[in-house]
Amino acid sequence: MKTILYIIQKEFKQIFRNKGMLPIIFVLPLLQLIILSNAATFEVKHIKFGYIDHDHSSTSRALIEQFNASTYFDVLTDFPSETMASSAMLKGDVDVVLEIPDYFERDLQNEKHNSLGVTINAIDGAAAGVENVYVTQIVQGFNEQLKVDLFQVSDAYNQAIRIETIPLFWYNETLNYKTFMVPGILVLLVTMITLFLSGMNIVREKEIGTLEQINVTPIKKSEFIIGKLFPFWVIGMGLLTIGLLIAKLIFDVPMLGSLLLMYVYTSVYILVVLGMGLFISNFTDTQQQAMFIAWFFTVIFILMSGLFTPIESMPKWAQILTEFNPIKYFVEVMRMVMLKGSGFMDILPQLLKTLLYAVLMNGLAVWSYKKTT
Amino acid sequence: MKRFIGFIKKEFYHIFRDRRSLFILFGMPIAQILLFGFAITNEINNVDIAILDHSKDATTEEIINKIAASEYFSIKQIIEQESDIETVFKTGKVKAVLNFETDFSKNLIKDHKATIQIITDATDPNTANTISNFVNAILQTYQKGLNKEVTIVYQIVPESRMVYNPELKSVYMFVPGVMTIILMLVSAMMTSISITREKELGTMEILLVSPLKPIQVIVGKVFPYIFLSIINAIVIVLLSIFVFKMPVQGSLFLLALESILFIISALALGILISTISATQQTAMMISLMGLMLPVILLSGFIFPISSMPLPLQVISNIIPAKWFIIIIKGIMLKGVGIEFIWKETLILLGMTVFFIGLSVKKYKIRLE
Repeated sequence: MKTILYIIQKEFKQIFRNKGMLPIIFVLPLLQLIILSNAATFEVKHIKFGYIDHDHSSTSRALIEQFNASTYFDVLTDFPSETMASSAMLKGDVDVVLEIPDYFERDLQNEKHNSLGVTINAIDGAAAGVENVYVTQIVQGFNEQLKVDLFQVSDAYNQAIRIETIPLFWYNETLNYKTFMVPGILVLLVTMITLFLSGMNIVREKEIGTLEQINVTPIKKSEFIIGKLFPFWVIGMGLLTIGLLIAKLIFDVPMLGSLLLMYVYTSVYILVVLGMGLFISNFTDTQQQAMFIAWFFTVIFILMSGLFTPIESMPKWAQILTEFNPIKYFVEVMRMVMLKGSGFMDILPQLLKTLLYAVLMNGLAVWSYKKTT
Repeated sequence: MKRFIGFIKKEFYHIFRDRRSLFILFGMPIAQILLFGFAITNEINNVDIAILDHSKDATTEEIINKIAASEYFSIKQIIEQESDIETVFKTGKVKAVLNFETDFSKNLIKDHKATIQIITDATDPNTANTISNFVNAILQTYQKGLNKEVTIVYQIVPESRMVYNPELKSVYMFVPGVMTIILMLVSAMMTSISITREKELGTMEILLVSPLKPIQVIVGKVFPYIFLSIINAIVIVLLSIFVFKMPVQGSLFLLALESILFIISALALGILISTISATQQTAMMISLMGLMLPVILLSGFIFPISSMPLPLQVISNIIPAKWFIIIIKGIMLKGVGIEFIWKETLILLGMTVFFIGLSVKKYKIRLE
């Protein structure tokens, strides 16, 4: 027991002595949490909108006025010709172009039916879909207005059957993205710091040659590993605490569930990450290799965690792969507990899987660690 | 010059001798682009939903069948009472609950109006919003069928044309992003480590007392990695063309030149990191912690930059990846030539010069 304490003491000293690392461990992640949480939003607004008006009638102007009034569109330019418009789109100056045909007003009066050309830059398919919905909504609204302005509301319209829908957004009524993202980004930062630090730690001693010195001491394998990992566990929990404070104080993220539950889960989760780090450490010879492997898995874990893009949208095989992704469980648990107030029984499956993962990872790590080189 | 070539040779030996790193260098980008190209999408389909039907009549059944038949939803559960809604959300089993009011059909006939609540788990605002839109769209179509005989006057119909990506594939959006991230991180990380490694192992001293000029040492260090990164870039482009059927509308030559420029700027950033860090650990933490999230989040890879708050839009300008993503999307998907992207190219060039200049200035020929 005493030996472990000494190793822990040594590790802490090493961490705190490296002045270059301290800001990277503590300041950088929290700064990123504060800044980057604002960046992660799928909301589509300030759409760069341009139009070509061939008609120049009062109706066409009224229609454009509708777009002007909408908060989604930034009406930028009136293009005199199609070539100008398509060149602006190539440059990326405009994302949606509305084309009002010749004799728009006249044809509308005569035929009661007319169409508009809408060109949407669809490289970002999801955003393009939303933009299309907005355009349609505005035109529909304009249709309604025309009816009221030019016609008595017909009786037939009143007879029409209407199914009304009432959307209710639970847990996040204002559809605030920060509420969604802050817990997730916090998870990433805690994971990255603990994984990178633990992954590099032992391999560093190997590379510098000090591992051999430790190997010839009477320290037991388990004592050494616990002593090595404990400091990072503490750092991870510390980061979580500061991150939660930031989430509460700066972003005002609701915390409906039990804090204790979050800490219990995180304490198990960090063990998984540390076990992974140790495992990587054992199988590499240089810090460079260790980092590459850690980096590879982090990028995969991050992008397949359901943090930024929903897991349900992935193909079946990818969904099965995400079952092996610890970050996925952590993100799920944090969101469930913080935002929905889920209790112990609700997150039990995630907790059990993580626990199993932790036992497996650490078992493998301890087994593969050899005191001889 | 001969000395310099000798130095470059040494660097190549270093890299090729370390088989494991080499394998990781080439294997990982391939694995990642394949995995992400297929798996990352924010298209929404097959969302699990639950139904709470208070009336259980012919109309609600018909609507439920319509919803079940759509590719967007799969009905996972039928619940019987309001209090169950909370439970299904808390366990995270479903994303939305459709709540039909009592006497749905009767109300529809009597008042010409009936209501459905779309209750969504809005912890994920994007999905919640999309679900709500999709349900509405299905109901609209259903409603139109009911109202066939009622004619509606004055109809303007927008006819939308989706350019550059007619099928709205999210691969078009993500492959350029993944390519950028891989090139950026691999290049920056590799160089930053290779210089600090010499420092940490003590061999830097030997380099410093050699007659090589600082600029020669730096160029010699970077050169092999330019070579490796170009191979990576070629592999990624080939994969995106042949596996993901991404078009290359513009000139392949221009794409190659721009990629080289971007690789050099990432490598230059790596050198800069290495000059300011003493140990490999610090260098790696800076290039991983400092670069990974900002590059993913602020480059426009996943989240549209125009939706971000203004200060972040300003900050995003200093991320080289942002400009490169604009450039590759332009060349590959829009088919533009240099006349449309010269501004972005110049910015990238300026950043590269800045990074190199700063690191030559910071490069110390003495060790403390």
